[in-house]
Amino acid sequence: MVSVTAADAAAPAELGRRLAELGFLPGEAVRIVARGMMARAPIAVRIGTGTFALRLFEAACIRVCPEQPQPA
Amino acid sequence: MEALPSAPSPLIALVGNPNCGKTALFNILTGSRQKVANYAGVTVERKEGSLLTPSGLRVRILDLPGAYSLDPLTPDEQVTADVLLGRRTGETQPDFVVCVTDATNLRQNLRLVLSLKRLGLPMVVALNMSDIARRKGIVIDAERLAAELGVPVVETIGVKATGVRALIKVLDGLAIPGRARQAAAWRTPSASDIEHDQSEVRRILGLVGGDRLDGVTISDRVDAVVLHPVFGPLILAGILFLVFQAVFAWAQVPMDAIRFGVAAFGHWLGAALPESLLKGLLINGVLAGVGSVLVFLPQIIILFFFILMLEDSGYLPRAAFLLDRVMGSVGLSGRAFIPLLSSFACAIPGIMATRTIQNPRDRLATIMIAPLMTCSARLPVYALIIGAFIPQRTLWGGLELQGVVLFGLYIVGVASAMAVAFVLKRSGRGTGFQALMLELPAYHWPNLRSLGIGLWQRVEIFMSRVGTIILALMVILWALSSFPAPPPGAAGPPIQYSIAGHLGAWLAVLFAPIGFNWQISIALVPGLAAREVAVGALGTVYALSATGDDVSGALTPLIAHSWSLPTAFSLLAWYVFAPQCLSTLATVKRETNSWRYPIIMAAYLFGLAYAGSWITYRVAVALLS
Repeated sequence: MVSVTAADAAAPAELGRRLAELGFLPGEAVRIVARGMMARAPIAVRIGTGTFALRLFEAACIRVCPEQPQPA
Repeated sequence: MEALPSAPSPLIALVGNPNCGKTALFNILTGSRQKVANYAGVTVERKEGSLLTPSGLRVRILDLPGAYSLDPLTPDEQVTADVLLGRRTGETQPDFVVCVTDATNLRQNLRLVLSLKRLGLPMVVALNMSDIARRKGIVIDAERLAAELGVPVVETIGVKATGVRALIKVLDGLAIPGRARQAAAWRTPSASDIEHDQSEVRRILGLVGGDRLDGVTISDRVDAVVLHPVFGPLILAGILFLVFQAVFAWAQVPMDAIRFGVAAFGHWLGAALPESLLKGLLINGVLAGVGSVLVFLPQIIILFFFILMLEDSGYLPRAAFLLDRVMGSVGLSGRAFIPLLSSFACAIPGIMATRTIQNPRDRLATIMIAPLMTCSARLPVYALIIGAFIPQRTLWGGLELQGVVLFGLYIVGVASAMAVAFVLKRSGRGTGFQALMLELPAYHWPNLRSLGIGLWQRVEIFMSRVGTIILALMVILWALSSFPAPPPGAAGPPIQYSIAGHLGAWLAVLFAPIGFNWQISIALVPGLAAREVAVGALGTVYALSATGDDVSGALTPLIAHSWSLPTAFSLLAWYVFAPQCLSTLATVKRETNSWRYPIIMAAYLFGLAYAGSWITYRVAVALLS
């Protein structure tokens, strides 16, 4: 589960909005597909059915929490 | 319905997320051949075409740049938002919207549909790539989706003529409301609006299906290798290396064939025509000039074969991913990668593709370094000099030395671009954030038909340049090099007494410190119009300087004999920076809307070219003496 918040106060507000537009929205599942060679950046993130490459400061704007077990 | 001849054709806009196949649909609907590829941001401006429906209704179709929302952050998205909101000057608001969605990615795409619905324009939703969705086992209840959205929904396959029948049927039955329609009041959605939309999307997808969240897809498995921290960069280097090896190795036979054909034609012409001015023009002007450029067609085709394959497969954004740290370390936006890569074909589309970059400063930095990417017009120049001066030798591991040198020249171009970007970053005020946020689309096999069309387009572009601008310049150059005729009893080739000869002698003073002779100096002038013209110009100039009639097609051995090695290296270095391309400067003027940047660009490239050549020449002279 994921929620998008502007974690970095210096990050422009439009960054959070753009991430939301790409689908980084509360309740969506995310998974890291790949990480870069140097400093393990950038990262490739699966959100829903799409995959996006994000720089670390972009990924830092996304809050995630471990997936809750679905009630049966 | 029957369209009245006087009624204006309804305007239909294709809108959708980036890379959902709008342009492929547009091409099928209108019979156009706009560029399509498997990455976001191929279309950066509006394109218009028209379609005659089966019942005789003529509709205008507008292809718009892909957008994630109607709240634009980049110049290309701005175009889409402005057109849809009727804010673009000189353009009426579309009468109807085809909202194109990627059927394999509805969870992402339906949010834009909900946004567009709020806009209040009549619309239809196209479930594009429905063939791929079906193959993936994604089943979408289109009727239910239409009921939930309250707009018609059709399935489409953008790469097949039969794949758009249902869509054409909808467009055919269009009852276009009067133009006096009230534009709905548009309000930029807030964060909570977007969240609300997403829960609505989840609700709808729960009802209609099509929300199969694949665990690990084929693309994921490919990415596990291609984006691997160690194997990924190795694969990238291997691919690039293969391209440059192939440009030399595969092109040998067809190039020899063209060279032979041109030479044979020249001999035939020489024997058939009586001695006259016309014969001189045809053999020394046209054939020597045009022929020496034509020889490089096979290499251009091979280069574009690889570029198109990489574009169509979805590999390009992965290359951007792998090189992002390098780009970031010199202060470039991750988004700059694809415009820069396009610049290897030609800087002009590359500079236009910078419209996908959000921050104006990042965009400007990318524009300024785009000409340092080695465009395909420089390939003939490189290939000519390498062919003449670098021996055909196989190194360890079966590598061709010529291919290695060519690869090296491309690397020098990229390295200097990075250095310039670094300087720009240092001199800039306040760096800010350079965004990446680049979509990595699912891989697919390149479509052979579009590969064929793409290659044929490149052949057409090359041949039309040869047939128009290069031919015309060769004729002019021949005239300037032939008149005035030398005084009677003059020693040396007649060209030395002509206008071009005098100009060359004057320019040679400027270029002597970097080792250019007067023939090269002349050739640089028509090279301003198009870089490959320099090769043709050398062909003409040397044909006219030659004493015998041993001319057309034989430029390579000629320069191999008459240039020193330092001169050849110096000219290669010059062309790494090659400031002389007027069309690029004109594009920069248009894209930045100012004379300032094209002037700065020309000045800094000229400075780098001169300095680079001077150092190369001096070092080479010192080492070889």
